Amino acid sequence: MTGPSRRTVLIGTLAAGAGIVFGVAAYRRGPANPLLRGLGPDKAAITPHVLLDADGVTLITPRADVGQGATSIQAHLLAEELDVDPATVRTAPGPASGAYYNSKAAVEWMPVAASGDGIVARGAMGISDVAGRALNLHLTGGSTTVPDAYDRLRAAGASARETIKAAAASRLGLSVDDLRTENGQVIAPGATLGYAELIPDLAGIEVVQDVPLRDPSQWRRLGRAHLRTDMADKSLGRFRYGSDMVLPDMIHATPVTNPTRGAGAGTLETTAARAMRGVIDIVPISDGVAVLADNDWRAMKAARAIVADWGGAGPTDAQMAAAHDAALDNDDFRDSRLADIGDVTTATGQAFTADYGVPYLSHAPLEPANATVLYTPDRTQVWTATQAPLFLLGTLAGITGQDKAQIEINALPAGGSFGHRFEDEWVRQATEIAMQRPGQPVRLTQSREQDMTHGFYRPMARARGRGTTEAGRVRSLDLSIAAQSVVSSQLSRARMPAVGPDVTIVAAAWDAPYVLPDRRVTGYRVPSLVPVSSWRSVGASFNGFFLETLMDELIAKAGADPVEERLRLLEEPRARRVLEEVADMASWNGPDGRFGVALTFAFGVPVAQIAEVRNTAGGIVIDNLWIAADLGRVLDPVNIDAQLSGAALFGIGHAIGAEITFPEGTPHQTNFHTYQSLRLWQAPTVTTRALGLGGDIRGAGEPGLPAAAPALGNAVFAATGQRLRQMPFNRSVAFA
Amino acid sequence: MQITVDGTPHEITVEGDMPLLWLLRDELGYLGPKYGCGIGHCGACTVHLDGLAVRACQITAAEVDGADVTTIEGLGTPEAPHPVQAAWIAEQVAQCGYCQSGQIMQAASLLATNPNPTDDEIDASMSSNLCRCATYPRIRAALRRAIADGDLT
Repeated sequence: MTGPSRRTVLIGTLAAGAGIVFGVAAYRRGPANPLLRGLGPDKAAITPHVLLDADGVTLITPRADVGQGATSIQAHLLAEELDVDPATVRTAPGPASGAYYNSKAAVEWMPVAASGDGIVARGAMGISDVAGRALNLHLTGGSTTVPDAYDRLRAAGASARETIKAAAASRLGLSVDDLRTENGQVIAPGATLGYAELIPDLAGIEVVQDVPLRDPSQWRRLGRAHLRTDMADKSLGRFRYGSDMVLPDMIHATPVTNPTRGAGAGTLETTAARAMRGVIDIVPISDGVAVLADNDWRAMKAARAIVADWGGAGPTDAQMAAAHDAALDNDDFRDSRLADIGDVTTATGQAFTADYGVPYLSHAPLEPANATVLYTPDRTQVWTATQAPLFLLGTLAGITGQDKAQIEINALPAGGSFGHRFEDEWVRQATEIAMQRPGQPVRLTQSREQDMTHGFYRPMARARGRGTTEAGRVRSLDLSIAAQSVVSSQLSRARMPAVGPDVTIVAAAWDAPYVLPDRRVTGYRVPSLVPVSSWRSVGASFNGFFLETLMDELIAKAGADPVEERLRLLEEPRARRVLEEVADMASWNGPDGRFGVALTFAFGVPVAQIAEVRNTAGGIVIDNLWIAADLGRVLDPVNIDAQLSGAALFGIGHAIGAEITFPEGTPHQTNFHTYQSLRLWQAPTVTTRALGLGGDIRGAGEPGLPAAAPALGNAVFAATGQRLRQMPFNRSVAFA
Repeated sequence: MQITVDGTPHEITVEGDMPLLWLLRDELGYLGPKYGCGIGHCGACTVHLDGLAVRACQITAAEVDGADVTTIEGLGTPEAPHPVQAAWIAEQVAQCGYCQSGQIMQAASLLATNPNPTDDEIDASMSSNLCRCATYPRIRAALRRAIADGDLT
């Protein structure tokens, strides 16, 4: 298995490399409550998550809501203990603060198996908690919102409730045992007090800590269907996003920058654009210019009138392919070999080899990247959607030269992300503009074309799968994967060094739960070509496809049943269970010319999927997709269904038709006419079964994705005999 | 030019080639319709023009002089949501929600002209609208709920 010497803990090297040393003392001290800063006597902040003022209760829900329902579930976790109605109290994301560190985020950067629950995994979780706090990892990602919030927010709600009861007991001269709480009120014999009425009394009350949490059997909201707090406004058109931000005297901006980052502004002819109606100015920003106008459309129209000679281009498709081919199976580029069991080079049986590949992809959330900034020499205010507010704060301090205390980040909900809002280029652009217009609010909106051609892409990846089959069984499996490093690309943008292997290159492959006498997974790092980033499920988005297509090919060569043979190779009980469940859901009786199965284990969640397809005259029709997953515990069954289904269809849509290519060294796809996305007519009937088998609770935003594409590809093989080894699939087969 | 939006008449002077989307959003302050692509391929900007669903980014100001436009916020209210909006809430369709204004306007237009569409008609009509979160199964479910609940006039 994996020796200790190979167990380079990336976060440790990252922290040391960045000159940050943290210890137990810093960890134990605990972060201060950021809500107390400048808090008036008419308000009370009980824990960093509960704010009371004259209007009532505001729940602070610091994880970014990018559409996955983060705000609603955070509010429900707090409300379950605080005894308020999440539908009627307010929520707010709170300020950028280390108090909102993510205790689970760093674990995704460590070589800890997704299925791990042993000592090493527990140790990594502990390191992640320390690192999250010490490194101020106030960020959203890795499907960590619920795992991180599950205990912490319930504890914050319970602590606030008991503190409020103590204040009420003090005012009424009663024991807290005489009091109970309900719907934002303390109920005493003969008296009812709204929480906000107790603000004056709370000043003299110490926050009650370490309150025992209610047993799940007592829950009134969690664990059963409930209405997401954003659902009505989103259906009535009243929900507001960053691109809806309006401030008095605001001007509109849109950037025009070099598709090759860091290559400068080239030669830009702007005379015609400057003369267009509504154009206020055209100002320099990094790698280009921004058009300032009195309306988004006038800014974008003028931007199109700028004639640019960028003075060159980046690597082409051919160069990118060559770079990946050069790295794959080349020891000079080896990044990790986290799984090396037995000896695959001497494994007996019939040998098999196949090559696989996936292209670069764009996040392309439907709301284009945007940010609103109001700069003055003393203060910078920012309104934007961000998954990493504290990183952004540091970046903006660097750009403005102001102290972090002078910068205010107002986190807004996003019209999608899929990892995009981890990046912040558009906020930097808006800030560069705002510094040239002190005192005037600037709302920058990237055109779809700018957004798509200046992406931080899901890396392309190439893989070579080998294996042997013997006596009707899969005997050995050896998978090599070559890709650019997401972690090193992201850290380079944060000006932090990356040391050690990038686990994301092999995620969901090296730690797949199959037990084979000979198994090896090797990651090869392709040198930097274009900026790459976290795209929903990150490395698992391609490794699930590589591993589960290879596994299906080996099983077919062995002549075994795809479900039965996988079960034979699985010992991990949760993985076995979801595979058995999905086989039950689909009434599995072999591939039967229609069905394909896949199993992945990412973000701690085993997911099994079966796709059913039909080969018609018009192409492949996907009729059904069944999904079984174990989340440990199910807090919101309606939203978990939405997340599993949405992630799987997101995976299928991109697998069928999406790619970002660079024929001339710049992105060829500029908008949704060439960057294809799943449409309603292509969507199968999706049936999910979310299990709560106990153990640690897990997030649902990403784990549904990796198994979808291989399940579809394996179903297409069942229907046509053709193996889909390269994405996008529609280059090989037609889809109806 | 003159334009009525959600029942309110407006007199406004803009260049004739300004698309309706930005006329609504940036000149008149109706923020329900969204910008997603600007080329009529995503449907996030869908509004009703004289009762029919159109891509507001593909209709120019010159074409809507004297027209009656309904945005998502004119379709229904919190107190009295349109049956399609009520179905969208009941089925909890939205994830990020950015496309849903357009999806709902497209669905309301479909059902206003065809109160009992077949599955193929639903697929054909609704495939003009992109949902990157892939809420499509629930869009279908919400449409069927709205159809079953009736009262779509």
